[in-house]
Amino acid sequence: MRKALCRAGPWALLAAGAAMPLVLSDYSTNLLARFLALGIVALGMVLTWGHGGILSLGQGVFFGLGGYAVAMHIKLTDLAAGEIPDFMVWSGRTALPLWWAPFQSGLFAVAAALVVPALVGAGFAWAVFHRRVSGTYFSLITQALALAFATLIISRQDVTGGFNGLTNFTTLFGFSFSDPAFAHGLYWLTLGCLVLAYAGLRWLLGSRFGMLLRAGRDGENRVRFLGYDPVPFKVVAFGVAAMLSGLGGALFTLHAGVISPAMIGVVPSIEMVVWVAIGGRLSLPGAIVGALVVNLARDAISSVFPAAWPYAMGLAFVLAVTLFPQGLAGLRKARA
Amino acid sequence: MSAALLLTQLFNGASLASLYLLAALGLALSFGLMRVINMAHGEMLMLGGYLAFLTLQVVPGVLGIIVAMPVAFVGAAAVGAVVQGALVRRLAARPLDTLLATWGVSLILQQGARDLFGAVGVEVRAPEWLSGGVALGAVVLPTTRLFIIGVALVVLGALALVLRHSRIGLLVRAVNQDRMMASACGIDVGRVDMTVFCLGSGIAGLAGVMLALLGPVTPNVGQGYIIPAFLVVVMGGLGSIVGTCVAALVLGLFLALAQVFVDVSVAQMLMLVFVVLFIQVRPQGVVAVKTRALDA
Repeated sequence: MRKALCRAGPWALLAAGAAMPLVLSDYSTNLLARFLALGIVALGMVLTWGHGGILSLGQGVFFGLGGYAVAMHIKLTDLAAGEIPDFMVWSGRTALPLWWAPFQSGLFAVAAALVVPALVGAGFAWAVFHRRVSGTYFSLITQALALAFATLIISRQDVTGGFNGLTNFTTLFGFSFSDPAFAHGLYWLTLGCLVLAYAGLRWLLGSRFGMLLRAGRDGENRVRFLGYDPVPFKVVAFGVAAMLSGLGGALFTLHAGVISPAMIGVVPSIEMVVWVAIGGRLSLPGAIVGALVVNLARDAISSVFPAAWPYAMGLAFVLAVTLFPQGLAGLRKARA
Repeated sequence: MSAALLLTQLFNGASLASLYLLAALGLALSFGLMRVINMAHGEMLMLGGYLAFLTLQVVPGVLGIIVAMPVAFVGAAAVGAVVQGALVRRLAARPLDTLLATWGVSLILQQGARDLFGAVGVEVRAPEWLSGGVALGAVVLPTTRLFIIGVALVVLGALALVLRHSRIGLLVRAVNQDRMMASACGIDVGRVDMTVFCLGSGIAGLAGVMLALLGPVTPNVGQGYIIPAFLVVVMGGLGSIVGTCVAALVLGLFLALAQVFVDVSVAQMLMLVFVVLFIQVRPQGVVAVKTRALDA
């Protein structure tokens, strides 16, 4: 009986999740959809941080690459031939930059939202890990990347929208953002992506790849002595996590209707770590729960006491890391 | 590029390097000993800045800034002692978790400063004797920045003396070389860790006073300097003072000279690319510590 319940549990949860847009208000559905998109980012961090031992403090960069890719496409769709986006006009530009042009194709934008973060992430990871630079260094370098990326976007106002980011979305693939049916569709798309990412990572972590990734985390030199090169495993894991970040960023941007440097810099990047730290770094369901719980709490706390949120998050970091390194998932295991 | 511009940027680079050095010394020393990075180190800079502000409220006048320096040193060292004793010591076996826990501390300290002093920041007026500048040909070098470079050199000299000629310096070098062996010889490793952590935090507090001379002290004044300081640690090599100095100088000059050609945001990106390229050539940093340990 109990076993049957356990097996049916996730499916019931999925069904409940799919039914949410029919139950909740449009506002709440949108909020939930955003948080589910963030859950995809969190899933990727389970792969790199929990199982790979690679702590990225710059996940916001990949989130931003995905988000900006779709946002650029949306900014271009409404324009008549020869027009350029409004913020470019305000900054005194007269022509579209060359690297914006391919984003007129929606297919290209979607592909770019996945492929560009994956390639940048994998390349970056390879550059650091193939010289056997240690984990702490990698974390510090990723943080510097987040800072440099956000600063760069802010300063290039004429081609990136600067501090305000890209916003005022009207249509995507011919659908209007103000249409509630489209919003529901986007919700289900996000839920579908989350389930796919979950299933894919579950399979990956259960495979030989996952085993060798964990082995590299626990004893890199032992893995080398057994004849494996741990570097490709880390690079692939980081690339996959970066791609999921990009996917999450793209979906989040669609739900939020905006992508700006305030969502991708140093602090937001570290906030992404706290979701997984709270949820449980080794647990895929934990990461999703962590992303939901932390963001709901953030929404609740910062609407009442805006100044209290940094204290809450700081304390959450300290307590989660010192007392509950396995997060919520660890608590559940301890009870069972 | 004119000679005057080049000279100005070289000077700015040296000035930047002296601040990076003061911010990075503590990080590098503790990293060499414990392999952990204190992410709240930037808030020691902030703390030093606010302590300078408070000191100048009590001791206005010519010598205010001179009094502020020891106050900031002791204040930041005391906070460092709490962070080390309450958190870092317990987590030292898990370096990445230390990173996160100290980041939590950093958030709390920043918000605390925002609630106490306001988000806008407070102004510390540099004393009369630091205003003005020294003319060098067509270029005027601001006295404040010369003073900061001087302070960095004095701190560096004092630190080198302590490490080379004092008993605690001997112990620090011993633990740095081989922690287990040092412990087996009867050295109280925990106390050495604590001393170095306090010393490093104190130096960062001192750096905060220098930042207060340059601009308003805000809750995130430390953030702008701490991330380059992290890169200095990455580039410098494990716990090496010489390596840290060289790395701080190289990155400071790189950032200043890059700004001759591109704006500051691109220069920052280039600096990061430079560090990543550098570790392709020398992953062990500027100065490598020779060791037979496999998992150093």
